[in-house]
Amino acid sequence: MSDVFAPFLAATVRTATPLALAALGEVVVERAGLINIGLEGAILAGAFGALAGATVGGVAGGYAGSILGGMIVAAIFALFVVRGRADQIITGTALTLLSVGSTGTLYRTIYGQSGAALTMPTSAALRVPGLASIPVIGGPLFDQPPTTYVAYLLAPLLAWWLSRTHAGLALRSIGEVPEAARTAGISVDRYRTLAILFGGALGGLAGGTLVLAQAGTFAESMSSGRGFIAIAIVVLGRWHPLGVAIGALVFGGASALQFAFQAKGWSAPYQLFLVTPYVLTLLALAGAVGRARAPAALGKPL
Amino acid sequence: MTMSTLRQILVALAVVTVILVVTTLLLLLGGYAVETALAAFWRGSFGAWYAFTSATLVRAVPLMLAGTAVAVAFRAGVFNIGAEGQLLAGATAAATTALALRSFGAAAIPASLAAGAIAGALWAAIAALLRARFGVLEVISTIMLNFVALYAVSYLVRGPLQEPSHAYPQSASIDAAAELGRLPGMGRLHVGIVLAVVAVAACGWALRQTAVGFRFIAVGESATAAASAGLIDLPATTMQAFTVSGALAGLAGAIQLLGVTYALYEDISPGYGYTAIAVALLAGLDPWKVIASAVLFAGLEAGGGAMQRDAGVPSTLVTVIEALLILAVLGAQSRRLRRATPRALPARAERAI
Repeated sequence: MSDVFAPFLAATVRTATPLALAALGEVVVERAGLINIGLEGAILAGAFGALAGATVGGVAGGYAGSILGGMIVAAIFALFVVRGRADQIITGTALTLLSVGSTGTLYRTIYGQSGAALTMPTSAALRVPGLASIPVIGGPLFDQPPTTYVAYLLAPLLAWWLSRTHAGLALRSIGEVPEAARTAGISVDRYRTLAILFGGALGGLAGGTLVLAQAGTFAESMSSGRGFIAIAIVVLGRWHPLGVAIGALVFGGASALQFAFQAKGWSAPYQLFLVTPYVLTLLALAGAVGRARAPAALGKPL
Repeated sequence: MTMSTLRQILVALAVVTVILVVTTLLLLLGGYAVETALAAFWRGSFGAWYAFTSATLVRAVPLMLAGTAVAVAFRAGVFNIGAEGQLLAGATAAATTALALRSFGAAAIPASLAAGAIAGALWAAIAALLRARFGVLEVISTIMLNFVALYAVSYLVRGPLQEPSHAYPQSASIDAAAELGRLPGMGRLHVGIVLAVVAVAACGWALRQTAVGFRFIAVGESATAAASAGLIDLPATTMQAFTVSGALAGLAGAIQLLGVTYALYEDISPGYGYTAIAVALLAGLDPWKVIASAVLFAGLEAGGGAMQRDAGVPSTLVTVIEALLILAVLGAQSRRLRRATPRALPARAERAI
């Protein structure tokens, strides 16, 4: 049993990590009443930032670069949506397109011939002493890259922040009735800008995880829809950080099933595995949305 | 010449200038030979008759249909980002129909085109149902359906629809009789462009002149106002917008298959459905202007391909320019919006505008 279960759990956590990071950032953005479809672009920019950072400054430089990459995309989103009051969906779509184009162009221009991307430093798994020795689940849960632990810590921390701090409550009030929040003296634009930047940083870190801890290299359009799946996970997790963490694990588990199937020797067209996360997103949304309630001002310009 | 035509010409000139300046800057930044690249760009897009007809106008056909698909949906308040998936559904249905009707000669053409449009509409209807029944945001669902369509095609061309020799991941080629004919003296340009222009023009007319078009625009402007006016069935109108949009994108896929590729394979669309969003936005969501906007973007992509071949410039540069164009349109719009709504206005008034 454990010879199948432990690898399955490890694969689940591995696949869930970037989704959880991106979705936790998007929770904060959506709780402020915004929807950032450009999250996909932030993940991709983070992935490229990780490559650029890692070739210069090693693994730490890679993670820093990924956060910076995601925040650049987020900053443009904030500029258009918060300052310019532009349509959020169209801005987000344009930013995803911009990320696809610019990371592709930069990658081909800088790394196209050199092959430097193939020999970049990667982020090794970090074994948590003690916890990793727990039988069966210890290894899969606590022998993971550092960003997995960031996600472990962020989920409860954000849940506490959103419900127990002044700033968290202010942010949520902006997402529900921004006019009232503004009347109460809360700087709506500042909160929203910071929320977007935070979401961008986590989206970037998700991309950095893909490059530094999973693929070990950058590939064009490697985010392959994870940003959109993360937005769906926010809905699935009912706009609550802990719900989102569970949602990400469910998705990770569904994607990891293919490893379990392969281990069992079951065969199916490989496209069936590739398509699973997207179909699952559709099913999950259909099942979840009716019962959950989005922030009242979500997606509406103030 | 009236003021508004003059303004439109000025806007078009501004757009072209911006594209040129930005492209030059990006080329300089990348350290490419600017003159060689721009010359290749011009030769490959508008500068030579063969390139203009065989590269630019051939690409403009799916772009104007998919662009209109996006425009019609957005006008009705439906954020259909799924033109890519609907296009693939249309191409798949057209290929299946044309292959099934092999013995019927040219009669397979209308049947395949209709099948493509219906398949596109049905693919869009999934997102419409998810929104109507479960309140699922169509932005997410249509993007997910794009991925599903892509992997479905990937499976089909390696499985049930694979050509008889099983050597290549593509379907068998359709009969020569089912191909859309080429226009004389226009290189590889096919009759599909006539169909596309007629379909787009019909949509432009319908949006302005018919009750259905009026309902689309009314719902898009303010769903609550349209519903409380009592004359408009909101769910039905939204469903119609989804299906019309999907049918147009599906038709784009069908025409692409019958007029250009003649067989189904994975890369049948190099992202036409995504470029279509930029096409529609630059056209201000007006089908008539979509025609011009589609030719412009088709020229950009054709020229981008030539730049890659002749000057080694990554073709992804064109995607950057497309994205910057959308952002420029948004920037121009939001500046106008801000002028109209001074910050001192109370929130409610600001929102009402």
